[in-house]
Amino acid sequence: MAHHINKTGCAKISAAQFFDDLHRPLDGLMAVKEADHCLYCYDAPCIQACPTSIDIPTFIHQIRTGNMSGAARTILSENIMGGTCARACPTEVLCEQACVHHEGGNKTVEIGLLQRHAIDHLMAAGGSHPFSRAADTGRHIAVVGAGPAGLSFAHRAAMLGHKVSIYEAKSKPGGLNEYGLAAYKMVNDFAAREVEFLLGIGGIEIYYDKALDSSLTLDNLQAQHDAVFIGIGLGGTNGLGLDGEDLGGVMDAIDFIEDIRQTGDLSAIRLGEDIIVIGGGNTAIDAAVQAKKLGAQNVTLAYRRGEEQMGATAFEVDLARQNGVMVRLWSKPMAVQGNAAVTSMTFEHTVLKGGKLTGTGETYDIACDLALKAIGQKLEGDGLDGLTINDGKLKVSETCETSIKGVFAGGDCVRSGEDLTVQAVEDGKQAAIAVDAWLKNN
Amino acid sequence: MADLRCTIAGIDSINPFWLASAPPTDKYANVVRAFEAGWAGVVWKTLGEDPPVINVSSRYGGHFGSNRSVIGFNNIELISDRPLEVNLREIEQIRREWPDRVIIGSMMARVDEQAWKELAIKIAASGVHGIELNLGCPHGMCERDMGSAIGQVPEMIEQTTRWVREAVDIPVFTKLTPNITDILWSAQAAKAGGAHAISLINTVNSVISVDLDAMAPNPIVDGKGSHGGYCGSAVKPIALHMVAEIARSPETQGVDISAIGGIESWRDAAEFISLGANALQVCTAAMLYGFRIVDDMIDGLSSFMDSKGYRTIDDFRGLAIKNTVNWNELNMNFDTKAFIDQEACIECGRCHIACEDTAHQAIAFEVAEGGKRTFTVVDEDCVGCNLCAIICPVPDCIEMRPVKNDLPYLTWPEHPKNPLGDTK
Repeated sequence: MAHHINKTGCAKISAAQFFDDLHRPLDGLMAVKEADHCLYCYDAPCIQACPTSIDIPTFIHQIRTGNMSGAARTILSENIMGGTCARACPTEVLCEQACVHHEGGNKTVEIGLLQRHAIDHLMAAGGSHPFSRAADTGRHIAVVGAGPAGLSFAHRAAMLGHKVSIYEAKSKPGGLNEYGLAAYKMVNDFAAREVEFLLGIGGIEIYYDKALDSSLTLDNLQAQHDAVFIGIGLGGTNGLGLDGEDLGGVMDAIDFIEDIRQTGDLSAIRLGEDIIVIGGGNTAIDAAVQAKKLGAQNVTLAYRRGEEQMGATAFEVDLARQNGVMVRLWSKPMAVQGNAAVTSMTFEHTVLKGGKLTGTGETYDIACDLALKAIGQKLEGDGLDGLTINDGKLKVSETCETSIKGVFAGGDCVRSGEDLTVQAVEDGKQAAIAVDAWLKNN
Repeated sequence: MADLRCTIAGIDSINPFWLASAPPTDKYANVVRAFEAGWAGVVWKTLGEDPPVINVSSRYGGHFGSNRSVIGFNNIELISDRPLEVNLREIEQIRREWPDRVIIGSMMARVDEQAWKELAIKIAASGVHGIELNLGCPHGMCERDMGSAIGQVPEMIEQTTRWVREAVDIPVFTKLTPNITDILWSAQAAKAGGAHAISLINTVNSVISVDLDAMAPNPIVDGKGSHGGYCGSAVKPIALHMVAEIARSPETQGVDISAIGGIESWRDAAEFISLGANALQVCTAAMLYGFRIVDDMIDGLSSFMDSKGYRTIDDFRGLAIKNTVNWNELNMNFDTKAFIDQEACIECGRCHIACEDTAHQAIAFEVAEGGKRTFTVVDEDCVGCNLCAIICPVPDCIEMRPVKNDLPYLTWPEHPKNPLGDTK
């Protein structure tokens, strides 16, 4: 049993120092063995399964031939955040699920680990940035949000010769890579190192603590730039809609993760003995596993549906169970109890009746001193006036343009694919290509 | 359990696996370890006249597969660098301690009758079962007019073989170099000189790789490298061909063959035996994995023989010789087509792209809705080249199926389209 981080009494320790890497990186021997396991398929299904269409067989072949920097360039040419994606992608439902070895019933190629091996090699080697900029176009693009979508957009736009100014609401770049992923996926401050690497292309400046609001409006941005790209992600969170939700000890899981990622002293994290995490996505798992690793006695993950409906992959759910998280399915939150602070929650058992989730009427209580809500994020924020919002997301055309001419968007704030880093990177890349084409006529 | 005993040049051996003349057979300690591991015999590291040679530091190079498997290996080491007397006393001792194991003395000398004869007599006196003439090393010793410098001249092969035959009354093995134009000239010369057996192949001349930082060939000796003898799995096809030529040529057939060249497993061994080898010599595989590999060579060969009903080595020795023919004796009417087992196929597409890019555009590729990829052979375009079956990563997924056509066996000389009639 791990020591409770609040009771260690030792010197201040940060997440970067406390958490071990979730996956052991491949060493040279294992990388070559794993690369050799790849069949170098033609028109490979793994490429199609990757939202950014990385030429996976080619980069693995390059690892095999010892062309490690070439392997990294192959990855980064399609996905400039290939380093984060190698760590955080649910590869088991993307590239690795499509691996033909899966079809053959064999162990699939560890594409994520190989990708990380190549990128880590390139970043450790240092040297000049692997891509160069096209001739200066004289055009200037504003980007709102320095998360994966915005950064990916900025990098591609800079490569195409445009000047880019990014306006970021927080004080650090990286978005969810920096604030919202479990610390054990992003050890050694990888998010920050990746952004620094990405900015090596040149032509990108970032202004921090600048959110879209009355002082920074879309109108201003449009007036001062040739085009605008919005990559603000989902700034709001869904609530339980229960009384007592405002009690002490009830908080958003995403904030809990951010606190862990950002604090220099983990013992200052609010961590109880009995923690309930509500939700079934990756954020819920990231919060629950980190809480357990930090030493919480009981961590219960409660989800109102079954395991198949969970947003988290089977690997993630297993990870939670292996770390001692109690996973309670078919449990719908009904009430939050406590005076000043939460002391317990009531759940109702659920069943699917004719495809509809229905409460059975049976309830049970779980004692808790911390309840973490991970039931989804939503588009929120000022300054979106004039933009058409459909079904909770910004409406965009096939060329990534919003309802306002010259304003483009991508990432979690639009409906493209899954809300994943890799999808946001793809959105940013495609939007940059679209904006580049648009600028030629505007 | 099959009987693995064999006889070559009149020498009985408890199994066909000997270690070839090389570093593994350099001295007492190695050879005793080899016999403890189960090897039936050794050909002692080549002995020369005193004073012994001096070797350089940095001696071997590797040719690697993608997974760092060593496909080929080369060396620039010379013959034994220890005094002749030391070697001979150790041979005597092991002969006493291991009476059921074979020791062959390998030798080379300058082209001088007295030098060859005196050395052969000294070695024979140590109690070896036979003498092997090293006429093959393609590096170092050939610059001193020995090794392949002799083995590349048939008259000198015959002469040195005859000298040793005249000097000693134990079996003589003549070891041939593959660095020639036609192995039959060498084999015929050895036979004419009276060799009891032919050992082949010695190493293939090679530059194994170039160090692109040092800009010098490997292995590097103080910034420079030299060509060396290539061996290991990669040379097996060359050795199989040369053994087969000797075994099927009217001039040389029937001569005892000690086959050498890339033997790493029981299967390699069985292939050489099927082409007529009486016994086998191994070096590189032992250097890569240690002497223990002989365990599976023995066990695997025995299992193979049991599965086929062969009781002794002679039961299958040479069975593939009659099916090894010149191209002109092949049946032009034979037709075979690739067949892809759709159940076994894992949809990698390697067969398609290989055929599409480099062969006959005979494998169609379709993607169904839902992503299912199907690869199908277009029989009209398939020439039966085997490329797809070779590169398919799934064992037995692509089968080459002979087409029944009821046409007669027709060779190229007999073929109506042969413009030269039945001459070529």
